[in-house]
Amino acid sequence: MELFLMQLLNGINIGAIYALIALGYTMVYGIAKLINFAHGEIIMVGSYTMFICIATFDLPVVLSIIITILACALLGVVIEKLAYKPLRNASRISLLITAIGMSYLLQSVFQLIFSANSKTFPQVINVSNVEIFNVTVSGNQIVTLFVAIFLMIVLDLFVRKTKTGKSMRAVSEDSGAAQLMGINVNRTISITFSIGSALAAVAGILYSSSYPLINPFMGSTIGIKAFTAAVIGGIGIIPGAVLGGFILGIIESLSKAYISSQLYDAIVFSTLILTLVFKPSGLLAKHKKEKV
Amino acid sequence: MLKVNNLKVNYGMIEAIKDVSFEINQGEIIALIGANGAGKTTIMHAISGLIKPVSGSIMLNGQDITKIQAHEIVRKHLIQVPERRRVFASQSVEENLQLGAFTRKDKVEIAKDMEMVYARFPRLKERYKQLAGTLSGGEQQMLAMGRALMSKPEILILDEPSMGLAPLLVAEIFSIIKDINKSGTTVLLVEQNAKMALKIADRAYVLETGNIVVTGTGEELINSDEIKKAYLGG
Repeated sequence: MELFLMQLLNGINIGAIYALIALGYTMVYGIAKLINFAHGEIIMVGSYTMFICIATFDLPVVLSIIITILACALLGVVIEKLAYKPLRNASRISLLITAIGMSYLLQSVFQLIFSANSKTFPQVINVSNVEIFNVTVSGNQIVTLFVAIFLMIVLDLFVRKTKTGKSMRAVSEDSGAAQLMGINVNRTISITFSIGSALAAVAGILYSSSYPLINPFMGSTIGIKAFTAAVIGGIGIIPGAVLGGFILGIIESLSKAYISSQLYDAIVFSTLILTLVFKPSGLLAKHKKEKV
Repeated sequence: MLKVNNLKVNYGMIEAIKDVSFEINQGEIIALIGANGAGKTTIMHAISGLIKPVSGSIMLNGQDITKIQAHEIVRKHLIQVPERRRVFASQSVEENLQLGAFTRKDKVEIAKDMEMVYARFPRLKERYKQLAGTLSGGEQQMLAMGRALMSKPEILILDEPSMGLAPLLVAEIFSIIKDINKSGTTVLLVEQNAKMALKIADRAYVLETGNIVVTGTGEELINSDEIKKAYLGG
């Protein structure tokens, strides 16, 4: 029982991180109809930025976090402007290939600067462990869960209640009609990229706090899993990303403990295949009925 | 007020609009009629800035708006109710109306206009919390028009407002369009339902495969044999 609870907690912990990253994939897909494969690399860049701020410049933790978030948000916007915006009217496949290229470009640049060797991520979360029902909950897990849920609530309120959030939903539904309302689609896309990348920055810090070895390729595995989570929940659907993230994290952690510590990735991706077989557009996808 | 000069628009390799010129004066209702594929919607999209013409110009109150982006044109109070209404299906009626007022900041005035729209379309008021996607076709048309009114149009462009609606509803929609015009908004109306459009139009242009072939007052056209044969069913 204790083992189960412990693994469940681990699953929720990594699931919360997947969910934060999946939100970025799903929001960008919803607005720009683009799978941003460079999104995983934002996590890596975030981890390195945090590492430099603390290990090299010895900055205070809070300031480092703010710098990391801002740097990643900016990077997201710049990537969109440089790589994706010129292709706004190109075919989907060109965009997809560009996104993959962008992902490799970032990996290679960071490999050139920092070498392929892993660096040890500094300890930034100093919260002590808590014991609940004989199960130790680490400070990292508490902070991860708290931060992730807080950000999800803020994002949900932002998208549903604010004018910018409503314009994002409008663009996602029908960008042409949104323009006829006077909504600047390019600006909305930039905002979406910056929010998604800021969430990825936070996810990067949380992930590297739990798994403190960082290297230029760390983003690709986490990225592809978070993308899987977004697809399982239904790409383009915000609550779907959260649900998919937690489901994937819990499945991963439980199969690591109970089935096989080597096959767990295969099990995780089988979940995706099963979902696609039985609910091709994702768990939370609704069939759109439109009257004409 | 709005002047379209020698407009030419291509869709990829296809020449959709060849050489179209027409103008709208303040306070008029102008109808643009023509069969399916004549290029009516393409002209509407070009005026609203959703597609860029190959050549020609679009002048609004003497200012060239040909190269201005769609969302900026809305700020000049040239507002379009697009074909098939294109309401935001997953947002409520009220949220759709609020999106219509996206470019405006005057909260008090917006609230007043919201009441004005609800007074004009009582059905929308009854359903203000309902998702737009669950409305009937006629209600969606009303919502799309109400949403456009929230942007304070000086020129209102309506693309096929009668599409897919029952005759009784069509009559209602057209009488509302006339009302909107009477309260000071210039109207450009694009229709396949030529009879209804010509009835309320001051002047009309007939479009055939990318060219304007006939023009005249609504009355002239409705009585012309040629038009009767081609568009009014004999």
